[in-house]
Amino acid sequence: MTPTTLVNLPNGLTIHLKEIHTAPIISHWVWYRIGSRDELPGRTGISHWVEHMQFKGSLNFQAGMLDKAISREGGFWNAFTHLDWTTFFETLPSDKIDLGLRLEADRMINSLFKPEEVESERSVILSEREGSENEPLFRLGEAVQLSGFDHHPYRNEIIGSPQDLAAIQREDLYRHYKTNYHPGNALVAIAGDFETGVMVKRLEQLYGAIPSGGRISHSVQPEPPLDAERRVEVKGPGKTTFVQLSYRSPAAANPDFFPFAVMDSLLTGPTSLNMFGGGGTSNKTSRLYRALVEKELATGIGGGTQATIDPFLYEITVTVRPGQTVEAILNAVDAEMERLQQETVHPDEISRAIKQARAIFAYGSENITNQAFWLGYAEMFSTYQWFNEYMERLEHVTPADLRRIAQEYLDPHRRVVGVYIPNGEENAEG
Amino acid sequence: MKRTTNYSWKSLPGPQDITRSILPNGIILLTRSNFSSPSVVVSGYLPSGSIFDPREKLGLAHYTALALMRGTQKHTFQQIYNGLESVGASLGFGASVHNTSFGGRALAEDLRLLLRTLSEAIREPIFPADHIERLRAQLLTGLAMRDQDTADRASIRFDEIVFPNHPYGLPEDGFTGTIRAIQREDILQHHKLVYGPRNMVLVVVGAVSASQAYDIVSQVLGGWENPSQPEAPVLPPLKPITAVVREHIPLAGKSQTDLVMGGYGPKRSSPDYLAASLGNNILGQFGMMGRIGDVVREQAGLAYYASTSLNSWIYTGSWEVSAGVNPANLQQTIDLILTEIEKFISEPVSSDELQDSQANYIGRLPLSMESNNGVAAALLNLERFHLGMDYYQQFPVQVAAITPEDVLQAARHYLFPDRMVTISSGPELI
Repeated sequence: MTPTTLVNLPNGLTIHLKEIHTAPIISHWVWYRIGSRDELPGRTGISHWVEHMQFKGSLNFQAGMLDKAISREGGFWNAFTHLDWTTFFETLPSDKIDLGLRLEADRMINSLFKPEEVESERSVILSEREGSENEPLFRLGEAVQLSGFDHHPYRNEIIGSPQDLAAIQREDLYRHYKTNYHPGNALVAIAGDFETGVMVKRLEQLYGAIPSGGRISHSVQPEPPLDAERRVEVKGPGKTTFVQLSYRSPAAANPDFFPFAVMDSLLTGPTSLNMFGGGGTSNKTSRLYRALVEKELATGIGGGTQATIDPFLYEITVTVRPGQTVEAILNAVDAEMERLQQETVHPDEISRAIKQARAIFAYGSENITNQAFWLGYAEMFSTYQWFNEYMERLEHVTPADLRRIAQEYLDPHRRVVGVYIPNGEENAEG
Repeated sequence: MKRTTNYSWKSLPGPQDITRSILPNGIILLTRSNFSSPSVVVSGYLPSGSIFDPREKLGLAHYTALALMRGTQKHTFQQIYNGLESVGASLGFGASVHNTSFGGRALAEDLRLLLRTLSEAIREPIFPADHIERLRAQLLTGLAMRDQDTADRASIRFDEIVFPNHPYGLPEDGFTGTIRAIQREDILQHHKLVYGPRNMVLVVVGAVSASQAYDIVSQVLGGWENPSQPEAPVLPPLKPITAVVREHIPLAGKSQTDLVMGGYGPKRSSPDYLAASLGNNILGQFGMMGRIGDVVREQAGLAYYASTSLNSWIYTGSWEVSAGVNPANLQQTIDLILTEIEKFISEPVSSDELQDSQANYIGRLPLSMESNNGVAAALLNLERFHLGMDYYQQFPVQVAAITPEDVLQAARHYLFPDRMVTISSGPELI
């Protein structure tokens, strides 16, 4: 494992560096510990909107100039807002990385939030949401997520509700920015072709003078699993029925996360946590594919969970085969869950899941951008040690662990069953 | 050029590190080693695409491609996928107009398994009847979902109008009626008659030497012959578009309207391809989606996305603008796009704009080859379009030679506001 360097600046900024000299490329990420988990009722979507505003101009980089400056150097950049975090990154030729460092430092403190840009972006985000609403699975997923929690902000879509997006004002956004986007709540992660000493000095110059902003209190309490099954229905256009099931999953820092990951591999195929370069394998030998698709109850299945601070959701999505019923799907799923709860898994199945994970990590390591991603991502819900020890933790998973995990987390009485019911209209024929 | 990086162009794939071999049976093998990660990528194609599909059985090549791994003379469906998924490997097939393409990845230690599976799938598939029917149900479900996708509907209709009575104007995955019409016998015949080693291209990139790759490929594919493998049919000539076409496809229950506008573009081998490509970058890609993104998204806030694409194939191409907008903003968006296109064909782009895009093209090349997949795609392009082994090393010189006048000439050759095809799909027009 290539060593990494962790540095803490006096203003609270954490820096995490990894030298990789296989290609003349550097990937630079700034992570903020702010996401939809921290949003209050009436302000859902505010972190995602702030992310958009970070592209609309800062003191030293006018709106539009940023994109052009990065593109001109042949780089690529983007940003993501998630449940627990928001991140911004640039991957550039190594001799051009200073541009990325300067612009991230500038927009950590100097973003403008011009009123006219705020209004323009309101329409853009509503348009982004409308594009998602065109998809049946977005609408179903939103309903299932909402039912999965009573209070925890994980119940909300990251993009926010249309009502909140209409109500949020420039002052709300600017306050959210000033409160949460500062060194005390941030981590800079860089991987690629640089010398650590030189890079630390440059980061001190650029970020060292930015005021800390103080520590942020993330006072959200985890929510216990549901006490009864919940069912939700979404009706809409189309001819295809979808079923989505959600079960409470363990937090990433919970030791149960690792047997849970093995169980995910067995049930629906391995989930890749890589953001770039890493797709894993198909899932045609997974237990639920065999029980649903092979038995001609469904035409496709998928599932997976995410690494989060608080317990989130393990979601299984089934595309129902025409002529089949939702109850037939649920019976087949329950039979497989019961098998996991009552029968001992053969150790070979665990070995298989471990090899799948090893391959997925190898694919992700081809890519410098993905390696920089992990330097910060793991720190958002645990520590980088979590990433380094991932394979070893999987190797300690036992058949007994899997049985216990299945019994504890895959209880049909503590899940949400969501069904998308198509109205059957529209049938294009060529 | 004012701006270039100091990247060493000799380190891009070129004659010094790409090994190109032709097996006695006609298979073209390209390899490039990369030992920085213990993984390998395999990709390529066979000349057996939808160009061979009878119109009433459109989707035959696609159906056949997806059925290749449903069982072979040596292994069942479950055995095939168990072999791959147990080691975290993947392999998949698909069809385009000209080709059946494939792609897979594995840890380097499993390369032989991956290539052996590829060989069995293309040489010895048995197309079990029950799997053909199961696959048909999956394909029909996919088509039902496609019928509800506003972007897909607009795009399919656009192609139909721009390329009438031509394989480029038809979706490779067919229509509901044509998929229903395909019999297992059709699939068997398509495979028997059309699949063969001549002009098959196979790319292997990753932690393997060229000689090792050659040896394995020779062992698993060297004995394949098909003396009756046909040449691809000659495509009919296309008629010029002579008038404006404006159509809207209403889809009830949708929130957003997707829009496609455009017409013909250059074929890949056209002398003005690179000028058109750089022009496309300026018009609808550079920075946050070029001039059109700037006007429609950044200034007017009308859309989440508004960009252009140049699609250049063997016989011809298309030059398209796409956008996702609120239905109330549709006409305003179309008007803004038309104004930008008028401007684009009226006066040359500025030298600053062109230099920006030239720098972008040159700078992003190494980044696009960060991963084995990126390199494999680059190698496939070399072979598919006969670009020459030193293409990437000569690329900066070719890009730098394009002038604003070249871009204007290319734009005038392909973009005609008075003959624009404009298709939208979404809620009923207001």
